[in-house]
Amino acid sequence: MKKHLLMLASVSLVLAACGGDGGNNGDNNGGNNAENNGNNGNAGGGEASGEGGELDAEVVVGEDIEGATEFTFWNFQELHSEFFEDAVNRWNEEYPDRPIQLTAETYPYDQMHNNLLLSLQSGSGAPDFADIEISQFANYLQGDVQLQPLNEHIEPVIDDFVDSRFEIYAKDGEYYGMDYHVGATMMYYNEEIMEEAGVDIDSIETWDDYVEAGQQVVENTDAVMTTVESDEHFSFWPLISQRESDYFDENGDVILDNEVNVETLQFISDLVHEHEIAQIAPGGFHHAEEYYGFMNEGGAASLMMPMWYMGRFLDYMEDLDGKMQIRPLPMWEEGGNRSAGMGGTGTVVTNQSEDPELAAEFLAFAKLTEESNIKLWEILGFDPPRHDVWESEEMQADNRFYDYFHDDIFEILTEVRDEIAEINITELTPDAQEEIHSNVMHSVLREQSQTPQEALEQAAEAVRSRVVE
Amino acid sequence: MEKTIEVNSPKKRRSRLLYSKKIAPYLFVSPFIISFLFLSLYPFISAFNMSFQRVLPGQTQYIGTANFERVFNPTFYTAVQNTTVYVIWTVIILTLVPMIFAVILNHRLMKWTNFFRASIFIPALTSVIVAGTIFRMIFGDSDSAFANQVLQLVGLEPKEWRYSAGTAMFLMVTLASWRWMGVNVLYYLAALQNVSQDLYEAADIDGANAWQKFRNVTFPAIKPIFIFLSTITTINGFRMFEESFVFFETSSPGNIGLTVVGYIYQEGIQRNDMGFGAAIGIVLLAIIFVVSVIQLYLTGAFKKDDE
Repeated sequence: MKKHLLMLASVSLVLAACGGDGGNNGDNNGGNNAENNGNNGNAGGGEASGEGGELDAEVVVGEDIEGATEFTFWNFQELHSEFFEDAVNRWNEEYPDRPIQLTAETYPYDQMHNNLLLSLQSGSGAPDFADIEISQFANYLQGDVQLQPLNEHIEPVIDDFVDSRFEIYAKDGEYYGMDYHVGATMMYYNEEIMEEAGVDIDSIETWDDYVEAGQQVVENTDAVMTTVESDEHFSFWPLISQRESDYFDENGDVILDNEVNVETLQFISDLVHEHEIAQIAPGGFHHAEEYYGFMNEGGAASLMMPMWYMGRFLDYMEDLDGKMQIRPLPMWEEGGNRSAGMGGTGTVVTNQSEDPELAAEFLAFAKLTEESNIKLWEILGFDPPRHDVWESEEMQADNRFYDYFHDDIFEILTEVRDEIAEINITELTPDAQEEIHSNVMHSVLREQSQTPQEALEQAAEAVRSRVVE
Repeated sequence: MEKTIEVNSPKKRRSRLLYSKKIAPYLFVSPFIISFLFLSLYPFISAFNMSFQRVLPGQTQYIGTANFERVFNPTFYTAVQNTTVYVIWTVIILTLVPMIFAVILNHRLMKWTNFFRASIFIPALTSVIVAGTIFRMIFGDSDSAFANQVLQLVGLEPKEWRYSAGTAMFLMVTLASWRWMGVNVLYYLAALQNVSQDLYEAADIDGANAWQKFRNVTFPAIKPIFIFLSTITTINGFRMFEESFVFFETSSPGNIGLTVVGYIYQEGIQRNDMGFGAAIGIVLLAIIFVVSVIQLYLTGAFKKDDE
């Protein structure tokens, strides 16, 4: 018995040790499988995070066409497959001599990004196209970039676009990604609650007005004015970006702990603890099931999120149909910005594509043309990055987003078009994001164990310490 | 090896080979050896190698011990501390409680034993992810979540389970305990059923009470299983990833759910720093190795004689 035991124990020790240590390989798989089955709720912020726990989905378009060039496309949001399905059909009609067959595969957020990173790192197994979420993009720009530069297609049309949407996916003057939307951050007001409180939403112009209105809401209704995220960054980043601050300056230096940021975080904290007009979002962030339920039942009178969040209302908050009004953000001071570009997903062409030229050409067709930008709104309900279509007739046609909200969405968007500051993405963006998610918001808002100053200084130090070389 | 012989010798040789006392053993262990070489040793060596590199596509370079110099930072210590606390709790719960269950289930006066055995074992068949999702709902933040309702019934304050260090650890340990309880009970039961009834009869004749019977008859029989389980649970505890992942995914507030393996995942994959991830892995290997050797030594597993 003893001998057996010893053998058993030592064998498992060796196995375990090797497994534990081979960490990068073994545990990565564990993680992937886990994600595969789990929900991608907390995935980290893109417009697609929190889209429930769907398993992999696959869409094949153009199967029946002989001699079509076969491409694969990885994404983490099934709706994006739908968008590309439409684009492939349009392409094949327009260019019958160069048909395309596209296999669009949807994976959970983390799994897709990890697999893509590893396949690009190892030089095999990557798809032709992939969606990369903005906060992950920096990982793909390290070392020799394994993505195809797309300047040839982007440069001729860049003036018609909100150009900051390309800068975030660029390195050394090369553009690598094409986005789905501007991600203009807006204020969503629940008009019913605001009216009950006796506040006219159009009278809210500055954040001071907003706080005042909030006090009225808390006094006169059962709702709070708004919710703030403790587990993610959609309460903090838009606000500092609105004030033209950021995690990093344009040289890539960490400015996370600058005065504006500290002041802004103090403001967020005051909303909760000082003015007591806001509460921490149930579930910790605005993509949590708990939050959807809370908001749907009229728990809060307003919400600050980007335009692409509209889809969440339609999918998860049915009871608010017809009650929500979209408005620009309150200003910090007269003449200040009234929006901020948040989130984003760049579609890229990898260097493992067999026909990178055709791939890039198709991607440009799918993302840069006027028609495709209209489709971005029609199919996905996104604010398309090409602003010259915003006022086109097609954009005014009835659709489910207008039905749920109201008709003048794009007029409001056009108003704030030039009030969207650029954001600076660096190699350390994922690190800064991680600090915000796991430390800063938690200790300032939830635990109140640190002042905004302390928390941001500590976070900035942590990010600075990661600068290698 | 088999191949070359096969080529220059037909069936006869082959059968002789299979019956050969020298070759056959190697043949039989070869599946294990081969899978060990490719699935364990190779990744081990390449991780070891990587731990001295900065891994980037097309620009991988050796950077000496820089990765190791960065390992011992506050986040790593938090991860080690969380993991250690987790290991201690799971080892205590998962070795002692199953033992008690097994003894009860094995008792001849016990009714419905098959039913209980099955119901204790079933959690082992579920995926951690599925179980974790259910646990998350049970221990939701809202006052109407099941656990909070129970607390309120007893007159306690509802808790935000996933947001403070103590309750977070409680969630992870509970999930792991719930899941592995049945398997461990099974190990103990197997050992218990090998204990000859004669010994108990003899003990009865000598006038031993229940405790004495347990100490002097039952426990010696299940002691090897006890040692085995505590070793395995320790190792698994240090390698824990999923239990934390299902509650917090990839980042937890204030790192209260961060484990060492979670840290490897975070650094190596999410932050695209494979070399650093590998270095943490090597350090974890050293920790597991040292702890396990001490444990086996203390429990007497290295002693050759049977007491």
